[in-house]
Amino acid sequence: MRQFSYSRPDTLDTACHTPDHTRFLAGGTNLIDLMKSDVERPEHVVDLSALSMSQIEERPDGGLRLGALATNADTAAHPLVTERYPLLASAILAGASPQIRNRATNGANLNQRTRCHYFYDPDMACNKRSPGTGCSAKGGRNRIMAILGTSDACIATFPSDMCVALAALNATVNLTGPEGERTVPMRDYHRLPEDTPWQDNILRAGEIVTSIDLPSISFGPHHTYLKIRDRLSFAFAIVSVATGLQMENNTIRKACIAMGGVGTKPWCVPEAEALLEGKAPSPSLFRDAAECLLQGAVTDRDNAAKLKLAPRVIIRALSQASAGTPQSQTQKTIF
Amino acid sequence: MTLHSAKIGQPVSRIDGLAKVTGQARYAAEPHPAGMLYGFIVNSPIARGRIEAIRDEAARAVPGVVEIMTHLNRPHSALFEKSYMDGLSVPGSPYRPLHDAEISFNGQPVAVVLAETFEAAREAAMLLEVDYERWPHNADFEASLHQKYMPGKTRSNYVPPKSRGNAAEAYALSPIKVEGRYHLAPEHHNPMEMHATTVLAEDDGSFTVWDKTQGPQAVQAYLTSALSLSKDQIRVRNPYVGGAFGSGLRAQHNVFLAALGAKMLKRSVRITLTRPQMFTHVFRPEAVMDIALGAQPDGTLQSMIVDGVTDTSRFEHNMENLVIWGLINYKCPNATADYKVAPRDTYTSSDMRAPGAATGVNLFEMAIDEMAYACNMDPLAFRLHNYSDIDAMHDMPLTSKALKEAMHEGAERFGWYNRPMAPKTMRDGKELIGWGMATGIWDAMFSPTSARATLTADGRLHIATAASDIGTGTYTILAQTASETFGIPIEMIDIELGDSTLPECPTEGGSWTAASAGAAVWLACQSLREKLFKAVGKSGNISAWLTEGLSNKTTVLKDGFLQDKGADENLRLSLSEALSLTGQEKLEVEETAKPGLRGTISQMRKARFTHSAVFCEVRVDEELGIVRVTRLVNAVAAGRIMNPKTAASQVRGAMVMATGMALHEESLMDERVGRFMNHNFAEYHIPAHADIPDMEVLFVEEKDREVSPLGVKGVGEIGMCGTAAAIANAIFHATGQRHRSLPITPGS
Repeated sequence: MRQFSYSRPDTLDTACHTPDHTRFLAGGTNLIDLMKSDVERPEHVVDLSALSMSQIEERPDGGLRLGALATNADTAAHPLVTERYPLLASAILAGASPQIRNRATNGANLNQRTRCHYFYDPDMACNKRSPGTGCSAKGGRNRIMAILGTSDACIATFPSDMCVALAALNATVNLTGPEGERTVPMRDYHRLPEDTPWQDNILRAGEIVTSIDLPSISFGPHHTYLKIRDRLSFAFAIVSVATGLQMENNTIRKACIAMGGVGTKPWCVPEAEALLEGKAPSPSLFRDAAECLLQGAVTDRDNAAKLKLAPRVIIRALSQASAGTPQSQTQKTIF
Repeated sequence: MTLHSAKIGQPVSRIDGLAKVTGQARYAAEPHPAGMLYGFIVNSPIARGRIEAIRDEAARAVPGVVEIMTHLNRPHSALFEKSYMDGLSVPGSPYRPLHDAEISFNGQPVAVVLAETFEAAREAAMLLEVDYERWPHNADFEASLHQKYMPGKTRSNYVPPKSRGNAAEAYALSPIKVEGRYHLAPEHHNPMEMHATTVLAEDDGSFTVWDKTQGPQAVQAYLTSALSLSKDQIRVRNPYVGGAFGSGLRAQHNVFLAALGAKMLKRSVRITLTRPQMFTHVFRPEAVMDIALGAQPDGTLQSMIVDGVTDTSRFEHNMENLVIWGLINYKCPNATADYKVAPRDTYTSSDMRAPGAATGVNLFEMAIDEMAYACNMDPLAFRLHNYSDIDAMHDMPLTSKALKEAMHEGAERFGWYNRPMAPKTMRDGKELIGWGMATGIWDAMFSPTSARATLTADGRLHIATAASDIGTGTYTILAQTASETFGIPIEMIDIELGDSTLPECPTEGGSWTAASAGAAVWLACQSLREKLFKAVGKSGNISAWLTEGLSNKTTVLKDGFLQDKGADENLRLSLSEALSLTGQEKLEVEETAKPGLRGTISQMRKARFTHSAVFCEVRVDEELGIVRVTRLVNAVAAGRIMNPKTAASQVRGAMVMATGMALHEESLMDERVGRFMNHNFAEYHIPAHADIPDMEVLFVEEKDREVSPLGVKGVGEIGMCGTAAAIANAIFHATGQRHRSLPITPGS
């Protein structure tokens, strides 16, 4: 960890107008770790905790607004979230540990960095950490790396569980920056690495996530967050699927689906959703959707298993959602 | 307060538990002497080469930095390699930290920043620039197999495999054959407490070294020799150790570097490793075993051929007893084994909980399961059919082997006898259910150990030995031993461990501490009791009933009081009263327990092992590759159990670790740079609570008067041996698929 300045502004406006090389601090569960590992080297740390952005409230359109500083734990336990967006609550509970969820906040969940071994190790080349140094993950120990949305410059996975559900739910992200406010669809918030993998998302300098809006949408019991990982708890996803289906007379009216663990960002393919809509659930339909979702997948040295597992996880998740039997995050049996 | 006299064999709760949960127990990184400097190690990013230049201007400019110690400016340390050897060294050239510019492994310390604060030291470490000349290296295990060799000199505890019959011919003639290559990934010990050292620079120029070690006297000897100091200049303490699993068997570089820094600056120094740095030293070697088994159709083993290799560094020859276990444990007329090590440019692999056996027993037991199925026999019946009552490799009798009883008791408890033989026959919803079993074997060792027992004026009994309690319960079992032997409530006993100035005790490890230190304490308490009786008897000023009665025959020392057998209960002397009668301030004895004590049998005449039978149930989602261990029953035959509570805890802990071995733990080597890349707890997976079912540990009765003076065998490692195989075998029973490489992870 290197020397940095610390401030704790009490207005959003002050917070936005910060110098270059600033990192915003919320729960600190990721940033502080990365600073200790010499991966993040901010000159200024601006602590957002004095801002009042932790509300969870209903919106006039029937949706819900999640404050950026509401903790993951509070969000997953909030009655409005568990009633209306159980998919989101489930995805949050599938991630990290109770201790981390007690600290970690919603806004910062969007901005967490990859778990790529090479990103975390300053002795190794990594374009995401040190632009232009190259990508050691390619050809290296990359069992946990992405198979979708990769580039020659980067194959790091975006690690969040929560964001996979937010993408499936077509949430929108509210931002405030030096140039004012704007709203960005969740599905467009994260960037593909292309040749600038150090830019994880579309945030501009000084911009802060203030809240996340969930649209008014309900799937009844037809949703699931299914996460496959290397142990039964407290591990990042190898493959995860968040899906919600609006069912009517055994027909899928609307399908929402996003994947985690496989992509360089939460992975959504609108064509796969369209393909499901208007049809009756069936194994062959789910297979087609899986194929569509995984189009263009590229594996490297160690991560071919993800491509083998991914379609099975998609099919199982769609089966769970269509049957109205969402995956429990405490009972480890997968139905 | 009610006082309790404890006995050996009672489930006494840890006597150090309160100190631990209230933070009173002090660990290696916790003493805080005035003026202490913090050291932060800078590690090499290359596997082989040499340091060309060190540019430290920016690092030195960080406020609070006092010194940056490198091979260029370090103080004098011993010249010769042999000065860096310790009691548990393996043959070869021991690594000498900061000795010269040469780099022999990725992660090798190249500098230590010493600063007034930890933060300053770490920041400066990040700013230090080191230029390297890179030399070609090999860190790929597969490639290193082409260079495998047998070291000219073997390490002291190496047991060479011994052939019998004609294994190759018998294998060729066997109607039923199983042959395969079995593999275990490298693992890191990863104790919860990071390796750490605090060196206190004392006013008289000596050093008190608090180190995370399993052997304070070994570290003292090592530092004395490597730093060219005299023995009275170094005292090593480790009263509490937060797990070690073998990583503290030998002095690690942190203790040398902290002491070197303290010597250089004549100041107190602390070095703690970070979790990533815990991946820069010892690890359990990667291993392959080629196993060929031949049998008759009735399940009689005809031939066993085992060919095993583990990895070592380029500079030391670490060896494991990898290939011998099946040859010892199974009756089979023809058997042979071969063992070699494969060199790669890493740090030297090392002993990790049940070294050799954790790998060798588990992989062999996976092959045995395959053979049972090849013979169409129940895996338990197959093992019983080929059961050996002796050490079949050395053709030597055993002090005891209640494995058969363990197999039956474990099977009964598990419900094994209802098991359908065919794989993939039990299902619940989308999950396949499988039942697997395996047996375990580990050495039951005994090492000469000394202990001191002192009775003080306040009537308390002090026990001291340089043993280490690495979290296993040593304090508690020694207190029980003293309480029973001397006849004093456990609350009136003080146990002092973890200090190089105490009576000699070998480094804790190999499950020998309970048997060895236990025997030493037993002997010392016996002897102190006699001394007390004699002293009290001699003192003229004691009431007639007592003096006349005071002999071992008629006087008893019970619950902390001396009294005559059959005499009025009120006519008794407290220990402080008894001591004051003798006119002495204290009574003290020191005794050494050696093999032969109490009629124990020499290792040359009888072989000695602990045994176990492990039964496992798994549920497997075949499609998704998810394995859940849902039941584990381990029946252990380990002689006399000193404390069923702490002993079961030992076995359970090892079963958790073995679950990690079977399903999770794997250090991922990036051979391009020679570094283990998943160097943190987020990506090096040890089992989480959700991965561990309720585990049942049964101790099978096994009276063994020959193995050690108290009939104790030790239980630290046995839980590792067999558990991973039972899980792998259960996965086969669930799915019909054999996995010959551990860990078995989703997608594999």
